[in-house]
Amino acid sequence: MAEPARKMEPAPAPAGDALLAVRDLHSWYGESHILHGMNFEVKKGELVTLIGRNGAGKTTTLKSIMGIVGQRKGSIAFAGQELVGLPSHRIARLGLAFCPEERGIFASLNVAENLLLPPMIRPGGMSVAEIHTLFPNLKEREKSQGTKLSGGEQQMLAIGRILRTGAEMLLLDEPTEGLAPVIIEQIGNAIRKMKEKGFTILLVEQNFRFAATVADRFYVVEHGQVIDMIPREKLEARMGDVENYLGV
Amino acid sequence: MFELLGVSPQALFGQLLLGLINGAFYAMLSLGLAVIFGMLNVVNFAHGALYMTGAFVAWLLLEFLGVGYWPALLIAPLAVAVLGIAIERTMLRWLYKLDHLYGLLLTFGLALIVEGLFRNEYGSSGQPYQIPETLQGGQNLGFMFLPNYRAWVVVASLAICLGTWYTIERTKLGAYLRAATENPALVQAFGINVPRLLTFTYAGGVALAALAGVMAAPMVNVSPQMGSSLIIIVFAVVVIGGMGSILGSIVTGFGLGVIEGLTKVFFPEASNTVIFVIMAIVLLIKPAGLFGRAA
Ligand SMILES: Nc1ncnc2c1ncn2[C@@H]1O[C@H](COP(=O)(O)OP(=O)(O)O)[C@@H](O)[C@H]1O
Ligand SMILES: [Mg+2]
Repeated sequence: MAEPARKMEPAPAPAGDALLAVRDLHSWYGESHILHGMNFEVKKGELVTLIGRNGAGKTTTLKSIMGIVGQRKGSIAFAGQELVGLPSHRIARLGLAFCPEERGIFASLNVAENLLLPPMIRPGGMSVAEIHTLFPNLKEREKSQGTKLSGGEQQMLAIGRILRTGAEMLLLDEPTEGLAPVIIEQIGNAIRKMKEKGFTILLVEQNFRFAATVADRFYVVEHGQVIDMIPREKLEARMGDVENYLGV
Repeated sequence: MFELLGVSPQALFGQLLLGLINGAFYAMLSLGLAVIFGMLNVVNFAHGALYMTGAFVAWLLLEFLGVGYWPALLIAPLAVAVLGIAIERTMLRWLYKLDHLYGLLLTFGLALIVEGLFRNEYGSSGQPYQIPETLQGGQNLGFMFLPNYRAWVVVASLAICLGTWYTIERTKLGAYLRAATENPALVQAFGINVPRLLTFTYAGGVALAALAGVMAAPMVNVSPQMGSSLIIIVFAVVVIGGMGSILGSIVTGFGLGVIEGLTKVFFPEASNTVIFVIMAIVLLIKPAGLFGRAA
């Protein structure tokens, strides 16, 4: 297996202002060892993006944070609380909400039921009316079966339903995958609004041009490790590296 | 018209009522089986034994504590729910990730043990259980005699079925159950305690079976094998209706009961097999069942 082009030393102990700090995280699906010591952090109110080629381990990173992989080792600290070892419903209750890559809309629930499914974990989430303002399509189709929506509408529903719960941090896995440009723009606007509202966001994106319009920082993931970090200000100067990492 | 068909109205309506009664039990039992299978991925072969346990708890309450039918309708399902919680927590829980076969074998073994225990203790001849005083007697409807207790069983079981349907299809708890049937990991990642939901589902499903057992007690002898003879037909009902739909289980249960009753009138020789013939036909034409969603 090729050595990653550049390898970051494990970062020093988390700075005091990191809302999420991942340290030397290893994850497994059954026997397959997928994450090999991930290190990164997300500060309160930041929007951080994980980029990297297909199969690099971005989705697995989000699932590890939520506690829905086979086995985890290392440390994931959220607001000072260790997540490794907690069952996933306890993790969610601490204020983390997940929007999966496959969207996870429930066929046996209508749109309204899908939207209201995640339980409120604390006050302070967006109201249903606010979510409908953000995604008007959802209001029009309240009574439809969840999976009868278009791909774009299902994505809006998958994002919309985690905005009500009062969760402070959102994990979004490729929210623009397979969507038309006008829908991508709508999702982008929604994500900017979520940021304004103070949500902390960890975004996984293949669509680098989209990610560049919303993210504060980028972590590059390869073979289950973080191999580089690029702040937004350096993006222009480092475009060559990025293209190299993503193989475009 | 009845003369033309060569049957008396008494026989026809009598069998129709009997069919409805049987259908009520098919519906109540298949509902629980379908919900348990959907959520836990377990074919609960212990369902019949727990139905029998419900009836026995009612009989024991009356025999030894003088506690009658009405309190038993509440106490027996609760007692069996507690037993269900113990079974789920200590045994079933470890099998969810394995093939269906393991859950089936475990619950089949449990059924044999429970039946064996009752047979050892009380023999297999069966114990009579009195119809509660308020429901003795009946109504002469002109074309037939309607025993009050049977009328109550039909009405009460319909109410129970519709209540279950409402809970699953129209409440928040039901939305959790439906969603967790589709994608338990994601539902848990939203903050819902799915392991506890599974325990609750099993307890609820077997409590429904126990409730049916108490309702059956005054009409049949309370015997250790009363569940095993019924459960085979109920499995056929579940196969015919399909796993996908609660309303489907209810309609299929009552419908097959009535079809079985009518077969007794018009073609008695086939009455014991008609449900299995229908099952074979449905499996050939629509393998997911009449109301089932194809996997
Ligand atoms: N459920 C699973 N079981 C086993 N291996 C998996 C599973 N899901 C993903 N993988 C493997 O883990 C690696 C990382 O996958 P993933 O995290 O989905 O990558 P990315 O999201 O970066 O495209 C891939 O090699 C993939 O084949
Ligand atoms: Mg992915």
